[in-house]
Amino acid sequence: MPPKIPSKGNEFWNGTRDELPILLGAMPFGVIFGVLAMQSGQLSQAQAQAMSAVIFAGSAQFIAAKLLADHAAVVVIVLTVLVVNLRHMLYSASLAPLVKHLNIGWKVLLAYLLTDESYAVGITRYTQPDSLQPGSNAHWYFFGSGLTLWAAWQLSTAFGVFIGTQISQDVLSLLEFALPLTFIALVVPNLKNVGSIVAAIVSGSAILLVSGLPFNSGLLVAGIIGIATGFIADGFIRRRTS
Amino acid sequence: MTPSSLGIWLMMGAAGLLTFLTRFSFIALLGRVNAPVWLTRLLSFVPPAVLTAIIVQGVLIQNGALIHSVANPKLLAAMIAGGVAWRTKNALLTIAVGMAALLILSAVL
Repeated sequence: MPPKIPSKGNEFWNGTRDELPILLGAMPFGVIFGVLAMQSGQLSQAQAQAMSAVIFAGSAQFIAAKLLADHAAVVVIVLTVLVVNLRHMLYSASLAPLVKHLNIGWKVLLAYLLTDESYAVGITRYTQPDSLQPGSNAHWYFFGSGLTLWAAWQLSTAFGVFIGTQISQDVLSLLEFALPLTFIALVVPNLKNVGSIVAAIVSGSAILLVSGLPFNSGLLVAGIIGIATGFIADGFIRRRTS
Repeated sequence: MTPSSLGIWLMMGAAGLLTFLTRFSFIALLGRVNAPVWLTRLLSFVPPAVLTAIIVQGVLIQNGALIHSVANPKLLAAMIAGGVAWRTKNALLTIAVGMAALLILSAVL
């Protein structure tokens, strides 16, 4: 007899529950985003809040708020957000075979909710063999974890927007430092192969040379140079060792 | 150049749509197209490249100019945080230690 298939409700609440610890790390950044967005002086409260719903990607929103504060050109902001978010294509490729059988509405919904934090939790459900049997409701698990993160992100943004303009300059510069620190926590443990190390060193050096480029396009240029060099170095190593 | 309110909404709409498309890409295509190996390899270098550039920008550049002083509290705090990230792989601890280091070093230097 095949094992009993967990119900939609069971899957949903399990996804919700497993996402909760992640919120501890994510919610402070929602608050900080709300503060930085208001401090940029370019966004209304409604616009700052809408950004969390429309873009729904922490690092990209941080960068957009910073570029807005620096009076960057709109086209540069859009392109920089795109490059910062390109990594989502990796998650999309990984999730695609697992949601292949779902209808288009589900695919759109899960794609919208696909973030670093919901992918990290949601994909764990799909490593369990029973998630792949016919009639499985595992997509409700992904929905539960994604929706939980979404709600927490909107609430924490709202709180940041609310306190946004009352924050002192000292606290603000400390909050701004949370951005590089978060990325240090993400990047450093993953510098495990030559390509990644080359990509990091090259783009980290390139930004020093191109940070003065017009329209604040330095980050975009440095990022693309780093991605390309990492890719080439990785290809070179593969050819040498194969 | 300061974008108008309409400009901001347009920026947000375009950035939101493009972000959604990165997430929808292979989920939408699957069944017909699998992600080619070269593309997943290329994309795997997006985080180290882009995030490192943001780190360096946040630590070494102020108002568009390079901070030349070695007694830069942000640089030292970032190096300490990097050590914690390497040893523990713990994101919250990395951020907490980095923040504390910046507070202490800013007071001392």
